[in-house]
Amino acid sequence: MKPLDFFQYVAFLLIVAVLVVPVGNYLARVFSGETTFLSRILRPAEKALYRLMGVSADQEMDWKSYTYSFLAFSLIGTILLYALLRLQYLLPGGPEAKYLVTPLTPDLSLNTAISFSTTTTWQAYGGETTMRYWTQMLGLAAQNFMAAAGGLAVGFAFLRGFVRQRTSSLGCFWVDLTRALLYVLLPLAFIGSLALVFLGVPQNFMPYVEASTIEGGSQIIAQGPVAALELIKNLGTNGGGFFNVNGAHPYENPTPLTNLIEMLAIAVLPAGFVYTFGKLLDRPRLGWTLLGVMFTLFAAGLLICGTAEQGGIPQVAALGVSGGNMEGKEVRFGIGGSVLTAITTSNGATGSYNSMHDSFTPIGGLVPLINMLLGEIVFGGLGTGLYSMIMIALVGLFLAGLMVGRTPEFVGKTIGPPEVKLILLYSLVGPGTVLLLTALAVTTPGGLAGLTTNSGPHGFSEILYGYASSMANNGQNMAGLSANTPFYNFTMAIAMMAGRFALAIPALALASHLAVQGRRPTTVGTLPTDTLQFGVIVLGTAIIVGALSFLPALAIGPIVEQLKMIGSLR
Amino acid sequence: MATVLDKPSSPVTPPSAGGGRGGQFRPKNAPSSLFDPKIIKRAVLESFVKLDPRTVAKNPVMFVVEVGSVLTTFYWVRELVTKTGNPLFTGQVALWLWFTVLFANFAEAMAEGRGKAQADSLRKAKTQSTARRLVGNKEESVPGTALRKDDLIVCEAGEVIAGDGVVVEGIASVDESAITGESAPVIRESGGDRDAVTGGTKVLSDRIVIRITANPGESFLDRMISLVEGAKRQKTPNEIALSILLAGLTVIFLLAVVTLLPYAVYSVRAAGSGVAPSVTVLVALLVCLIPTTIGGLLSAIGIAGMDRVMQHNVLAMSGKAVEAAGDVNTLLLDKTGTITLGNRQAAEFLPLPGVTVEELANAAQLSSLADETPEGRSIVVLAKEKYGLRGRELAAHEAEFIPFTAQTRMSGVNIDGMEVRKGATDSVKKFVQEKGGRIPTELDEITTRIASAGGTPLAVSLNDKVLGIIYLKDVVKGGMRERFDALRAMGIKTVMITGDNPLTAKAIADEAGVDDFLAQATPEDKMALIKKEQAGGKLVAMTGDGTNDAPALAQADVGVAMNSGTQAAKEAGNMVDLDSNPTKLIEVVEIGKQLLMTRGALTTFSIANDVAKYFAIIPAMFLATYAELGSINFLKLGPGGTSSSAESAILACVIFNALIIIALIPLALRGIAYKPISAAATLRRNLLIYGFGGLVAPFPAIWIIDRFLVLLRLA
Repeated sequence: MKPLDFFQYVAFLLIVAVLVVPVGNYLARVFSGETTFLSRILRPAEKALYRLMGVSADQEMDWKSYTYSFLAFSLIGTILLYALLRLQYLLPGGPEAKYLVTPLTPDLSLNTAISFSTTTTWQAYGGETTMRYWTQMLGLAAQNFMAAAGGLAVGFAFLRGFVRQRTSSLGCFWVDLTRALLYVLLPLAFIGSLALVFLGVPQNFMPYVEASTIEGGSQIIAQGPVAALELIKNLGTNGGGFFNVNGAHPYENPTPLTNLIEMLAIAVLPAGFVYTFGKLLDRPRLGWTLLGVMFTLFAAGLLICGTAEQGGIPQVAALGVSGGNMEGKEVRFGIGGSVLTAITTSNGATGSYNSMHDSFTPIGGLVPLINMLLGEIVFGGLGTGLYSMIMIALVGLFLAGLMVGRTPEFVGKTIGPPEVKLILLYSLVGPGTVLLLTALAVTTPGGLAGLTTNSGPHGFSEILYGYASSMANNGQNMAGLSANTPFYNFTMAIAMMAGRFALAIPALALASHLAVQGRRPTTVGTLPTDTLQFGVIVLGTAIIVGALSFLPALAIGPIVEQLKMIGSLR
Repeated sequence: MATVLDKPSSPVTPPSAGGGRGGQFRPKNAPSSLFDPKIIKRAVLESFVKLDPRTVAKNPVMFVVEVGSVLTTFYWVRELVTKTGNPLFTGQVALWLWFTVLFANFAEAMAEGRGKAQADSLRKAKTQSTARRLVGNKEESVPGTALRKDDLIVCEAGEVIAGDGVVVEGIASVDESAITGESAPVIRESGGDRDAVTGGTKVLSDRIVIRITANPGESFLDRMISLVEGAKRQKTPNEIALSILLAGLTVIFLLAVVTLLPYAVYSVRAAGSGVAPSVTVLVALLVCLIPTTIGGLLSAIGIAGMDRVMQHNVLAMSGKAVEAAGDVNTLLLDKTGTITLGNRQAAEFLPLPGVTVEELANAAQLSSLADETPEGRSIVVLAKEKYGLRGRELAAHEAEFIPFTAQTRMSGVNIDGMEVRKGATDSVKKFVQEKGGRIPTELDEITTRIASAGGTPLAVSLNDKVLGIIYLKDVVKGGMRERFDALRAMGIKTVMITGDNPLTAKAIADEAGVDDFLAQATPEDKMALIKKEQAGGKLVAMTGDGTNDAPALAQADVGVAMNSGTQAAKEAGNMVDLDSNPTKLIEVVEIGKQLLMTRGALTTFSIANDVAKYFAIIPAMFLATYAELGSINFLKLGPGGTSSSAESAILACVIFNALIIIALIPLALRGIAYKPISAAATLRRNLLIYGFGGLVAPFPAIWIIDRFLVLLRLA
């Protein structure tokens, strides 16, 4: 690893670690309904919105009402976006119709609508060749805010299950949604977008520019209101780019500094939310323990992926080209900036890659794949990342809890049969969705037709990667897969919905079961959950459970690829 | 009995403090060893009976194995008939899968074995005796089975009591050994807290009238038989939770293995070499991966845990109660009989003015020479140790011993014309006054002082003169402090319950090392304390025997009633201690913890094993398709390694998977080692042994089995 890369990694993790506390404290205040420094400005708007929706600030919902509200909200968002996509041709403004070569078919529109309302923002299309500016603004950017706020609200309802005692209410979805939008996403996106504009990200409605290159060729340079989308796409852990190549495009991500800002936008809110969890439970060390596990996995990912990419490809080296694997990477980011982004986005449920993961070395590509398969427990999606981590922690806690000779308990809440049932239900969604859909794709003509550029183990990896990304609501891909077909548009949509709703529902149900309980006292006979020991258990559980579910699939995908790559030298 | 205590001392002499381990209070005729040949023989037969799919279906993990066994057997037969495939391999897989199910059944049958044998010996006690039913003033002879609630029956010496009941008239000594295994007879009498009798026990002396309290089939003996036999065993909450987890893991592995077939088909097509795995191979892989180790041993662990409780002569009404014992935060312990010896001991001689302490000690010793009660003996010992007074040979003297009676409340000796008496202060005072003696005012002062400090004063007189007072003091049982320290290390708070005043209570609490005490406690106070603790999310355990303990026993999460106690108490609690030894609550807590720890440890072991199995099977399975996988074939099994095909590796895993169940049966039945240390330390220990051990152990084991198979040309 190059010293400069190492410095970049350490700097990034340090900044995240420093920002965790203020961000966590702020989130705690916002969702407890306490006044913040923005209250004076935003309170009137907040009240007006409550009046509009017909709710009051102290309204409460049980988990079912909360879930119904969340589902209804997502459904409406999906329908509106679908309608907008289908009726895009009626919209005024640029770019010119001749550039929009990808038709918004029903299956592509459905896939895209579900993709954006689940924060996946998987893109089976290229933005600059499909979407009008107003579609990007009114449809995609708006849904970037809305879906992200919905996720944060659900995450908070989940958190309340642990904090509250002897109540069946988890807060009010509409109140949480409003607060997430007004106090968290809008102000941060506003400031961040301005910063990006300042650093060179365009925000215009100009027609595409046709330019002549130095080599004498001609090039079409796409334009658009990029900055408005750019920050929220990361902040909301969405990731769907304005342009086809997403964060690799110089208009989306012009410099290493904008890259750093965008990566921080992905990681800081979910990381801070873990601190909020510890803070509101009055167990700050628990928050830090979970964060410790996250930072460890994150660092391990950087190390393995970074080493693999820096090590390069032996076949290329044999041709006399020295250095790491630069294929598919932007020179302005280099291997360091590309690896940092690959790890941040794959952990953070955000698809905004700035290099082509399809061109990574097999092990380099395996790392983001594993991050997604583990369920994005490192920081993860906004709000949803918390329960990704807690669910894995609870599996480990259950076994460890038994081993100390007591009914397992977490923060004083007993993990009994109904709770285990919900944890298992949750845990089955990921493997079930990814493994079954991949099996379907690798054996049916519809699925195999997507393998237009690769076959064999790498083709397998691409398909597995796609479903893992959709299920994890991440949205990044190995671009070698031609996914804009009815088969992939529909199956990916199923994976995205499973990853969003089939996870949120058991998570909220679990929260409800826990909220109803009282709290058992902590004694020396209680398994401590704020220690290094517990951190190691969570880490071990995540790795073993993940490995046991996916090792066979990984063995005949990326692992064989890697062995082939090394082996062919002999 | 030479005691001034109002309460009769416990009819059953409690066993030595702390009870005992290893089943020394076992009912007669019950097999002592877990691995008694008789039990093993019965268990082997049972393992085959339990192959019934309806039985196996209760255990999802083993059900999958049984379905796999049927499936592979079918393929084996088909291969034999059609002369295709590899029947040697398929047949062996099928055989070992059947063994896996049988081994799991065997484990369960072994766990049930001792209980079943015990139930048999209990049934012998349930003789079809006839009862003498009272109708009006007349007696009629009816079969025991005809007795209903509220019937009155008469029982005399030599007769077996026909049903559970309450003594409403008379007093008798009863032999309860059929139930408790304790051969010393106990006293049962009407009124008070010793009025409960149990059907199947035998009256040894006197005549009692009993009001029947249980209909046929609902008696204590019936319940006991069904409990030790495990006939109505219900899964405990933690067992259910763990079963769900195991079922969930099974589904995950089912997904992983089922999808492996299409993946393999794709890979074989892409690589153009190798073949997709057969159904036999996939079934073998699935069985290796699903948690069969813990799945096969889970119910055995639960049954064995209940059996361990039974070996301590505690009858738990449900496994849930035993599990709850492991979760207990607060332990309420009665002072008398639990923390202190039921009998007080002489601590000091307090002479009245004008009397030397030696004179008093001498008289006290004389009066106690024939007194065989622990109190009496302790007086002799104190006089000897503190004042050098040896027990004298009285044969040479003209000595007449005056035994204790409830009327006089005194005992003593008339020797060489001297009349020595000791007893309750009031009685001695009266005795001396009748002889014309004078009572010094200091007597009452000392008496009051001792009483208020929680001690028992015994006055001693010689002829017409009161000499002084013997101070009888509570004696904390040996080893209690260590036990409370151990409980504290496990995070359990002990609270001593006593009728003493706070000062005395505190002194004893400090001496015994309990965390807290409740002085001058009434049953209502006890109830309030339990509710307060529970409101704070704590689980409370207590022991009790009296009728007024019943509400608190019912309220507590774990209520252990003494078998010597009243029917009401026994019905309110969720455990009955047949030895009536309250200290045993501590052992029950330990067994409860051990039960959960064993389950957790074996689950962790089972899951950790899978890592090695993956490394043994997956590379071997795909080597023909992707030769490159040889470099992660650490065990060097399969093609290019130990044999020409992947089959030896797969078979080795299946065999390991079956044998590990047998190997772990002793551990499952005995429970894993238990130490009273903090949760963090316990976890560290168990993770190291069962987590890390489970990760590492299968590698060499599978390798060795694979070598054997290749050597024997079985694969």
